[in-house]
Amino acid sequence: MKFTKDWLDVHLKTNKSESQIIQKLNSIGLEVEKVEPVKNELSDFIVAKIIKANKHPNADRLKLCDVDIGKKDTLKVVCGAPNARDGLLTIYAPPGSVIPKNGMKLEVSKIRGETSYGMLCSESELKLSNESEGIIDLNDKYKTKIGKSFFGEKKGKNVIELSITPNRPDCLGVRGIARDLSASNFGKLKEPRKSKVKKNIKHNLNIKIEKNKNQACSIFGSCIIKNIKNTESPGWLKNRILALGLRPISAVVDITNYVMFDLNRPLHAYDLDKIKNKITVRNSKKGESFKALDNKNYTLDKDMCVISDDEGVLGLGGIIGGERSGTEIHTKNILLESAYFDPSTTRKTAKKLDLNSDAKFRFERGVDPQSVTAGLDSAVELILEICGGEVSKFDVKQTKKLKNLEIKFDPKMVSKTVGTSINTNEIKKILSNLGFTVKTKGKFLNVKVPSWRPDIFGEIDLVEEVIRIIGFEKIKSIEPDKKRTKPTLNYFQKHFHLAQRSVASKGYLETITWSFTDEKINNKFKEKLESVKIVNPISSDLNVLRNSLYPNLIFYLEKNLNRGFGDQALFEIGPTFTGKKPGQQITVVCGIKKQSIDEDSNLKKNDLVDVFHIKKDLVQSLTELEIRKEDFKVEENTPSYYHPGISGSIVSKDGNLVLGYFGALHPKIISNTFGFEIFLENLVEYKAKNKKTKESLAFSDYQKSDRDFAFLVNKDTKAQDLTEVIQNIDKNLIKEIKIFDVYEGENIPSDKKSIALKVTIQSDYKTLDENDLTNISKKIVSTVEEKTGAKLRS
Amino acid sequence: MSDFEKKILEFKNRLNSTQDSKEIEAIRTDIFSKNGFINSQFKKLGSLSEDEKKTFASNINKAKQELLEIFRSKATEVLDKDLNEKIKKEKIDVTLPEKEFKIGKIHPVSQVIDEISCIFSEIGFSVEEGPDVENDYNNFTALNTPEDHPAKDMHDTFYLDENMKTLLRTHTSPVQVRTMIKGKPPFKIIAPGRTYRSDSDQTHTPMFHQLEGLHIDKNINMGHLKGCLNYFIKEFFEVDKIKMRFRPSHFPFTEPSAEVDIGYRIENNKIIIGEGDKWLEILGCGMVHPNVLKNCKVDPKIYQGFAFGIGIDRLAMLKYGINDLRSFFECDYRWLNYYGFDPLDVPTNYRGLSK
Repeated sequence: MKFTKDWLDVHLKTNKSESQIIQKLNSIGLEVEKVEPVKNELSDFIVAKIIKANKHPNADRLKLCDVDIGKKDTLKVVCGAPNARDGLLTIYAPPGSVIPKNGMKLEVSKIRGETSYGMLCSESELKLSNESEGIIDLNDKYKTKIGKSFFGEKKGKNVIELSITPNRPDCLGVRGIARDLSASNFGKLKEPRKSKVKKNIKHNLNIKIEKNKNQACSIFGSCIIKNIKNTESPGWLKNRILALGLRPISAVVDITNYVMFDLNRPLHAYDLDKIKNKITVRNSKKGESFKALDNKNYTLDKDMCVISDDEGVLGLGGIIGGERSGTEIHTKNILLESAYFDPSTTRKTAKKLDLNSDAKFRFERGVDPQSVTAGLDSAVELILEICGGEVSKFDVKQTKKLKNLEIKFDPKMVSKTVGTSINTNEIKKILSNLGFTVKTKGKFLNVKVPSWRPDIFGEIDLVEEVIRIIGFEKIKSIEPDKKRTKPTLNYFQKHFHLAQRSVASKGYLETITWSFTDEKINNKFKEKLESVKIVNPISSDLNVLRNSLYPNLIFYLEKNLNRGFGDQALFEIGPTFTGKKPGQQITVVCGIKKQSIDEDSNLKKNDLVDVFHIKKDLVQSLTELEIRKEDFKVEENTPSYYHPGISGSIVSKDGNLVLGYFGALHPKIISNTFGFEIFLENLVEYKAKNKKTKESLAFSDYQKSDRDFAFLVNKDTKAQDLTEVIQNIDKNLIKEIKIFDVYEGENIPSDKKSIALKVTIQSDYKTLDENDLTNISKKIVSTVEEKTGAKLRS
Repeated sequence: MSDFEKKILEFKNRLNSTQDSKEIEAIRTDIFSKNGFINSQFKKLGSLSEDEKKTFASNINKAKQELLEIFRSKATEVLDKDLNEKIKKEKIDVTLPEKEFKIGKIHPVSQVIDEISCIFSEIGFSVEEGPDVENDYNNFTALNTPEDHPAKDMHDTFYLDENMKTLLRTHTSPVQVRTMIKGKPPFKIIAPGRTYRSDSDQTHTPMFHQLEGLHIDKNINMGHLKGCLNYFIKEFFEVDKIKMRFRPSHFPFTEPSAEVDIGYRIENNKIIIGEGDKWLEILGCGMVHPNVLKNCKVDPKIYQGFAFGIGIDRLAMLKYGINDLRSFFECDYRWLNYYGFDPLDVPTNYRGLSK
């Protein structure tokens, strides 16, 4: 919503300055978004100084002037005026500006071989006077104004732009703003002028609001004005239209726009002679079409509110008029419409047709239904004043009775809500000034809501009205209590927090990527899940919710590779989606690691990333989350996006919960890259089920002995199977098992491999003698051979 | 001079004249080993008379002591000399690069969420969460935003079905609804999380982060709201004084509603929070609308309270001088390294929020 101070003065008698008003508007909830100098047709013309008037090399009567327009460099302007001289203060018109006298648009041009950037103006060219002998000679006062707009400066006017919240349609008109200011003790709201226009002629057009289901129009007011002379608007009106950022069109159109912004009262003017027979306001039939004033054809759905005549649709009620009945500069007779359309229906229709207009913007927020005649009055007066003509009596068709809402209001509610005591008399005064009718009834107030406030439904709305006018700064701040009754983080959140920092401490950079991704990439990771498509994605490559964290991580990893960063470890902790219902999401920690192979660096060759690095990172993070090695087992089956031979899953000991995956990513997706995933909900569930209290530490000081074994096993035998069997032989005596070699090749059958391991044996109660050690060693060999089919290598 | 004395003199000379550790070792063997000189002399004792034995034995012991002393000092001397020579040769270029240590980083948004949680923890708020996918009811209807209302235009919503019933939450406010429906008052929660709007330009990203706050009890009023936010902003920016202003605004789910600006100024291209005469909008808040309480089965005649919503990314930008919102989600290796936080740098109440 835009307006100027002098426009505000039409409605408000105030001695406050513009800047005071701006500050006040902000503090009562009418947010000032921008304050800009008024743009009018003349703001291009700026004060300039001729630094040097040189002779034109090719023309005796022309001069080539160096002109200072307040910028760093001077400009060259060719000028034919006899009075162009060094030091002259004058007015400069830049290329692109339009000269008022002849409507000529300036361009950079060559005049007798010399380029001229713009023009120096005479008074007649600017329509200041008829003086055309030479260019304007400004007095010394303008010395400080070089570079500033000549006309703008003189008037010093600003456009104030408000960002009006959707609950305040009344402030989409200047009068509403004035009312709010007057309620804030910022002046007196002026009484609207009484119309003195005589309504002599007959309103002879038949108008009917059809009884339709969900008829959006409940009031249709109108009048006929005959024998007008439509014309260009006068300067003051043009300037207001320009201040709104609109284009002046003709007096009739400009006046309807003016009234809309003045009173938040949209109007529509029809060329009466183009209306066939009568007006019917009705619901549209499916497939009806019309050409609107924006020059576009619209095909309508069923049940949109249209204004029609015998020939068909004239316009969409409350949204846009039709081309067929539009007024033109030679229009003689008009029908002026002032109606009320239902906000929700108007909004639905406009949304379906993807149509936006200032009228629609207002009707969908709620126009004052009682402003129908006031709007007509205001417009009629202006049209008669500017275009002449005779006006008919107003015809108002109304299908619904209007009733103002009444609220029983306990004034104590204000103090209870804001925490600071507010006097009832002050409450009454504020509400009255805002246009509410307030009557005291015992402890309560009976508050009648004005018709222009569709946002007021109940007591709490009145509380807001009072406090916003009083000012939030009057509310006393209460120091918060430093008391905690519930833990800040729950069990899961604690693990989230720890997992995040644990993975970061392994050298991974935390990223945050979109929760959506490219369906094509996601398909490689979704396994059995269904794609969750976004109906209206921001772009076609971000069109599904992610089923995995990998797609985005890989995308950005590759981006960084292209930026020249070969060694990278990235991770993200966040949601992946398993369905499209709320709650069908899980929390995943996903890390990804890539190492660039640098053939020249010997230092690096000794520390190449392989699957056991990524496994180390994962296992260490699990340990930090208190899932220890004895709590999980490693299995081979992994999703298809991992390398089938170089990946594993971490599964709870009972095999029921997958805690994570790790491995090389499938080379078809990305080469030489390793990654892991932790499924946090599973992990926390598993941990919660197996909560252990830490046993008190007991360690043995008896001698410990190491025994080495090498077993020949089938190639597909897993090391984990061997260690598990050994561990289970005697959990008390066998303290540690370490695999120190895996060997395939010479001296070993091709379907076998050798696994060498060191077993640490120690008793908590005595020093084991040679006999004990031999016994346990024998037992290890026999059990392993029996249970795994391994053979001890001799 | 006896042969014994000659031999001793010979050993002394050998020891004195050598600088070689191998020779030292050879001399040690010659003198002190099992078959060395000293032991061979003791063996001779058996063939001597008692008197001679006594004198000779004492001579051997004396000589042994003497040789041992010379040997020890010589051995130390030679070892020192060798070590010094070795050290001299061992000089390396310490300006060569250290072994690489890779520490990861925590994203600024995560760090700021932890900072915020830490601050609100101190005044008794606990952390709640809700799903990213929401239904239309929780995201709009329960929050007093009716069907076909222009207030919905403020949120460009991503929908997951054509009927526009399932969507990506446009704010963290639905967590209010979920929390109140599943629990019993009082409520005192914050809810950080991802939020989504179909908007993408210089200052908007289709995904961003919000923090919801909700405090409902029997007598919670706007004074509490002011105090709470004032405390939070001061703690967050780690300043003693903060300039704050509450401007009336409109959100369907609060009434009265306010937007909060903080004062700032620019000094040497850096933003100084808490002073100056410029205003920066940082959050929206208000008293929870009675309709919202009703929708959440909380009796507005008994309970009332406030809610607020803060843009987390925006706060992170302000506090840590990050200029471009979009850069938060671009995962640029350099950016993550530069703006990321050490994982050990956990914000705490006792150590402080930031290093």
